[in-house]
Amino acid sequence: MDSFTFTRPTTVDQAVQSAAKSATAQQGAQVRFVAGGTTLIDLMKLNVERPREIVDINGLPLERIESSPTGGLVIGALARNSDVAHHPTVLRDYPVLSQALLSGASPQLRNMATTAGNLLQRTRCVYFRDTAHACNKREPGTGCSAIDGHNRMLAILGTSKDCIASNPSDQNVALTALEATIQVQGSKGKRSISIQDFYLVPGSTPNRENVLEPGEIVTSVTLPPAMAGTNSTYLKLRDRAAYEFALASTAVVMKLSGGKIQHIRVALGGVGTKPWRSFEAEEALEGQAPDRAAFVKAAEAALKDAQPASENAFKVELSRRCIVRALTMSTKSA
Amino acid sequence: MAKHPTDPEIEVPSAVDLESYPDPASAASPSEAPPANRVSRRSFLSHLGAVGLAAAAPPVLVATPAPAPAVAEESITEGTISLTLKVNGQSHALRLDPRTTLLDCLRENLALPGTKKGCDHGQCGACTVHINDRRVNSCLSFAVMHSNDNITTIEGIGQPDHLHPMQAAFIEHDGYQCGYCTSGQIMSAVAVLKEKVGPTDADVKQAMYGNICRCGAYSNIVAAVQQVRQSS
Repeated sequence: MDSFTFTRPTTVDQAVQSAAKSATAQQGAQVRFVAGGTTLIDLMKLNVERPREIVDINGLPLERIESSPTGGLVIGALARNSDVAHHPTVLRDYPVLSQALLSGASPQLRNMATTAGNLLQRTRCVYFRDTAHACNKREPGTGCSAIDGHNRMLAILGTSKDCIASNPSDQNVALTALEATIQVQGSKGKRSISIQDFYLVPGSTPNRENVLEPGEIVTSVTLPPAMAGTNSTYLKLRDRAAYEFALASTAVVMKLSGGKIQHIRVALGGVGTKPWRSFEAEEALEGQAPDRAAFVKAAEAALKDAQPASENAFKVELSRRCIVRALTMSTKSA
Repeated sequence: MAKHPTDPEIEVPSAVDLESYPDPASAASPSEAPPANRVSRRSFLSHLGAVGLAAAAPPVLVATPAPAPAVAEESITEGTISLTLKVNGQSHALRLDPRTTLLDCLRENLALPGTKKGCDHGQCGACTVHINDRRVNSCLSFAVMHSNDNITTIEGIGQPDHLHPMQAAFIEHDGYQCGYCTSGQIMSAVAVLKEKVGPTDADVKQAMYGNICRCGAYSNIVAAVQQVRQSS
């Protein structure tokens, strides 16, 4: 691990100022914020992240979970994954988020990992994590070892010829289905970004994963007011029943009215280069009767643009089945 | 170092001691040499380390380390940070390279080797400690991040003469084979006592899945945890 300087600011402004001198807020950033440390320190030990300066933001007042003025929920950037998962309002109004969080990592890691840290979780692609291999995400222009390599775990949606790394987060799939917004503060002020606009597909710049600029810090994540009468489900399929990343997962938020699907949000995990909102599935379901035929049609629509690599073609069918089952579960949990 | 029932010091016959395990420490610092007829695994390894650093005599079992370049030494000294860590109720004034993980600090700087280094990447749970009463992986945190925290290690949970009920239950149920994951398992299990966890064995397995046991002592671990939960 390279040496670094360490600071612990007490205000968001100080943190922003420290990080603003970095040339990028993305891969290769010279300044990194550390919160839980579960991604960053892991990658620093592998020399994948090599910051010259670490800004410990654990002293900032960003850990609260509270109601928003408009009836939604504001989750502080530093709220630990375990605290969010067990929060009474989350359990009552946004159970899909609790289910997603509890399906990820381990109890110890969830006690450390934060809401914002999880938003910025890096891919588990083995070539990204191993500096002996070419990786356009880690070192732009070096090539992608995964496309013709071991890619069983990697993405089939949103890929490019330069990168097929999957986004590993469960939390972010639920937040996508819940249409969360992300509050950010930087040297140019504050802004609020819809989660749909926060992540970038790799294209020719897989080193850029989101829209954050140098110095910008996520301060909170806001969930819109929960709609009365909605059901939600997070279903995660993986190689073993615990402590494993998703091969395919689905988050569903559904409201039925008069025997029809009145409101539907579908987000997919394990298959996309970013947390994958399936507008295609939603379009196929809106206004339909909640039956198997409609669910299968939606699943087909969701995966129609899938581009599997040499080892992960099974994910197309796995993701379809995951969608159908999650939708079925969502009709029953009322 | 107090002898712990779950981690007994290994008795090494003196003949083996002299022939197969020459003690390099006696050459470097005779005053610190253990009794000739008794070498513990821990003291054996730590003496190897001491000799490696001192390099006063060519050690038999470790390669002589290359002399560290003066520049590297300087930059490490320059970058160190002073802090106070509160571990098991005791405050320790330290000066650390910020790269030092909490795990390495506990083991190397504070001589608390009960916390184990397994994978060093947050995947095995061997390094589990409590920070402010919550279980965490000490390998994925820098020590300098914890100057305001209350840290509890296995040494603070119980000692051989007054074991925590969870330690006693692990002994009673054989909740280990090689013992390497045991302190992490016990730190998790003690945390589980205060967490919202359902009553069944399946619930305990779910709550304990962040601790891997490669010997596969899982069923005995679950039995130990359940005994303490049911009696408390």
